[in-house]
Formats: sequence, structure tokens, C-alpha cells
Amino acid sequence: MNHDLSRAGAAPVPVLRLGDVLLVTLQGDLHDGTAERLQQDIAESIVRSRVTGVVIDISGVEIIDSYLGRVLAEIAAGSRLLAARTVVAGMRPAVAITLVELGLTLPGLRTALSTEAALELLAAPVDRPRREPR
Amino acid sequence: MPEHDTAARNAQNPTPTEEVGAFLSRRREQIAQRWADEPLFRAVFTVSRDEAVEAGRAIADALAQVAGSGRVEDTDGSGFTPVREQLAMTAASRARAGLTTAQISREVDALRVPAVDLLVADLPQASSEHVRECATTLTALMGTLRLVVMETSLTEGQALIDRQQVQLLEVATPVIRLWDGIVAVPLIGTLDSARSQVVMETLLESVVDQQARFAILDITGVPTVDSLVAQHLMKTVAAVRLMGAECVVSGIRPAIAQTIVHLGLDLPVVTRSSLADALAYALHRLGADIVSVTPGGAGPR
Amino acid sequence: MSGTAAGVDARLPIRSDLDLVWVRQHVRQAAAAVGFGLVEQTKLVTAASELARNTLVYGGGGEVATERVQDGRGTHGLRLTFTDRGPGIPDLEQALSDGYTSGDGLGLGLGGARRLVHEFAIDSAPGSGTTVTVTSWADRPPRPREELR
Repeated sequence: MNHDLSRAGAAPVPVLRLGDVLLVTLQGDLHDGTAERLQQDIAESIVRSRVTGVVIDISGVEIIDSYLGRVLAEIAAGSRLLAARTVVAGMRPAVAITLVELGLTLPGLRTALSTEAALELLAAPVDRPRREPR
Repeated sequence: MPEHDTAARNAQNPTPTEEVGAFLSRRREQIAQRWADEPLFRAVFTVSRDEAVEAGRAIADALAQVAGSGRVEDTDGSGFTPVREQLAMTAASRARAGLTTAQISREVDALRVPAVDLLVADLPQASSEHVRECATTLTALMGTLRLVVMETSLTEGQALIDRQQVQLLEVATPVIRLWDGIVAVPLIGTLDSARSQVVMETLLESVVDQQARFAILDITGVPTVDSLVAQHLMKTVAAVRLMGAECVVSGIRPAIAQTIVHLGLDLPVVTRSSLADALAYALHRLGADIVSVTPGGAGPR
Repeated sequence: MSGTAAGVDARLPIRSDLDLVWVRQHVRQAAAAVGFGLVEQTKLVTAASELARNTLVYGGGGEVATERVQDGRGTHGLRLTFTDRGPGIPDLEQALSDGYTSGDGLGLGLGGARRLVHEFAIDSAPGSGTTVTVTSWADRPPRPREELR
């Protein structure tokens, strides 16, 4: 039985810069306050380092409730205002199923299977023409 | 119910079977109360003790009627008819909890002891021989009850196996890797909540395993798509998208398209009429197009 | 571990953000112990998170009791009861509909939580607090591929 995670949940989230992209890695169970602080940290980092993209790696996140879902949507919306695109990467199947049952489909959020796929997505031209076959 | 006292019984000289029948009617409430505390009833009726007592009364009534008919060893006795379903449910419940037939049999047998104890306590004035005969009769009657439970549990067991086989077929959901980065699941048969949950989980797991950018849900083999099924499909589509892949629904007939339209779901879902078209779409999006080798295109068929 | 005994296994306070983390972790462990699959665990933990947050934000804090239960067919489950002494909910039907919120959430709290569990009951009246009881059962069918071998 591990009760240390609650402490980890209160710890700040590392925000890493990779060229034009901020890489944010979320782990375990996030404290509400931590999620809120992250929102500010990302906005400040975008302005400070002039990145054009944000990748949030959530492959280590075991649950997303409506609060954290809202925080992710707000990070994406806020980044857009600062001219940066956000991709949420690596959502676990159980989390995706639960979010859908909860009624939270997060339509405004870009998603990718992995951080690599997310970086690829951000490297593509900004308003790439939608090639719809036939 | 009038109290039958010793004098009345002596006057009538009841047979052990009559005595047991009268006892079961007279002490119905106490018997039911005792049974409600036995492991069998406690394990089956977890929500309310009143329910357990009620079930006990029904069984006591059934036994009284069987005794009244004078055939304590007849498992086909009409007295059992009203409780047969209840007994089947009880046995099935214990079987599902993992008990073997022998263990269930022992649990039913455990009901005998409190009943016989009450019977003996109820006949303080009777001769020891009469008490012994009555106890033997009641024991035989409880043995018959045990046989009836076993009989119904075997029938119920077969029904359970049949249901499971159907479920097994329905639940068999193969996810096929069609191409690098493209997985597909051909759905065949009805799509209820339980199965669509399995489909969703299996598909999402394979999206992760294969790092698939496209997941094709082929519903050619789904006979009817009502609004509930459409909802399940849309949930799967939404979950696949949340994971960072794209879902294509193929095998959509015009009527099914209408259902989805009527639901008014604004999820951007790509649909194709056939699995082949869906594969062509996904390949194209991955940057690979299908072209004919011979410009004339005259193949063997 | 014996699952037949019903009774409150734990009571956790819901007084701060940090308590929400504790509630999620406790429910996760309890659900795993009862035998829930990963998806069912995640659903119940998420529902617990929504309800605990409701208790905190709208009920002004309270507690959650967790209890292992067993139904008539021998299926094991987990029951969570959230209680607060807050202002209560004047219109339950409205509160359960999606999009309704009296705070700054997305308005999915109660209705969303209800969709994540097997059983959902709510008792509330203005001035007398709110009690929400949810139960989920570990009765998922076994994986077919393992059975077919």
C-alpha cells in the first residue's frame, strides 16, 4: 500500500523546453492546486520562451476527472491565445473510456498516441490543407 | 392458529407425518427465523433479513403441504411447485459464488438441525418413540428438499452454461491489424452495453499496442443499429479520438446513417460504406495510396 | 479477504483538496482489493473524485464511507456514501442533468458520476445536507480469448 503519492501529487510538474515545444509530463494523481499552478506555469513559459507548441504527456496519469479535464481544455485554449498549439499525448484506454462515459469528450483538444506522435503533429505546417480523398 | 396441546394430539393419535405437517404449520415463523440465520440464507439474502425470513416461510409452507400429502419422499410433490423457482435461484446463487454441488448440498442439509431441534422442543409430553419417529420423518422430508434443490440446481447449471456459450460467441471480438498503423474490428451480431464495453476496451488496447493511427469499426455484420447501439459506437469513436487515433466506421447502410443523424451527435466521425473503402481512406491519410499496376486496369476478374 | 461481511470499512474526511487525493487512492485500493478490472476501477475512482469534490465545494466539506458489499448472486461490490451538512440541493432533477452547475465546474459532477457507477442514490433537502450513495459491482465477464484456449 503506497500512500506517498499524495505528496507526489502536490509536487510541481516539470516543464521542459525542446526547441519550439514545451514538454510537460504529468504523473500519478494530481492535486487540484498543482493542476491550477501548472496552468499558470505553462502560460508564463510560452510567453517567456516563445514556443509554438505544448505537448502534455499524460501516459502516467491514472485518472482524469471533470476538473482535470477542464484544466487541460483551458491550457489548450489559453495557449491558443498565446499562439501556441497544444497536444495531449498518451491517454490510457481506461482513462479515455471513463472520460467518454463521464460525458467529457473534450472536442477542442488535440490528441496524439505518444509524445513522438505529438511532436510530429506540431512539426506539420500550421494550417495544413485537409486532404480529403474522393 | 389454534394451539394443539398434548391432550388433543393423544386424542387424535396423529401419525408422525401428520405430526410433522402440523408442527411445520404451527412453528412456521420460528423455523423461518432460525433458517434466516443459517449460512445458506445469510449468503443468498444479503440485503435484508426480512427477505430471508419470507423465503424461509415459503419453504416451511411447501414442506408442510408435502407432509400433508403424506408422501415425504416424493420430490415431485406438488407442494414444492411454488418454491421450485426460489430454490433454483438459491442454488444458482451459491454455485455462482463458487460452491460445489456437495457444498451446496451440505448448506441445505444444515437447515435440518434447527428444524429438528424445534420439533423435539415442541413435543415435551410425547413418548420418546413418537419423538424419534417424528424426527426421522422430518429428516426424510428435509432430505427430499435437498434432492429438489440439487435437481433444480442441475437444471439451472445447464441453463447457465448455455447462456455463457452464447455470451462467449458474442464477446469474441478479434481486432485485426490491417496495415502498419491501421487496426480493424469486424463487429458481428448484437451490440449491447456489455459487449460494446468489451469492444471498446479491446480496440483501445490494440490501438496502444500497435500504435495505430486509425481504428476501423466495421458494422457490416450488425443486424440492427438502434439509437443505443449508435450511442455505443459514438462513445468508441470519442474514446479512440481521445487517445490520439482516428476512428472510421465502415459498413454503414443508409438506414443506419439516418439513425446517427437523428441522434444529433456532432462528433466528427468518418464513415465509409465498406471496409475496403475505409482501409483505402486510412492508407491515403497515412500517405499510401492504392493504384492499379496496369494502367488499363483489366485484371483477371 | 472475506467479502460477505458488510459494514463500513473506512471513513475519510473531505475537508481540503488534499483529501480528494486520499479519497481517490483509498477507493482505487479498495476497488482493486474487491476484484474490479482496471476500467471499472478507473470509473469508480473518477466518480468518487467528482462526488468528493461536490461534497467539498457545494457541501462545505463532509466525509465518505466505503463499504464492501455482496449481492444475492455472490458478486462483490464497493459502496461509497458521501455525506455533507451543507445547504442541500433544492432541485435534484436539475442537479442531475448535464450542464447544470452552481459552481465553476463543467456541470458534469452528479450526472457524470451517475453514469460511471452501477447504482446511484441521492438524498438531499434544502438546509439538511446531501447524501449520495453509489455502488459498483465487480461482475465483468471474463476475457474471451483466455476462455477459448
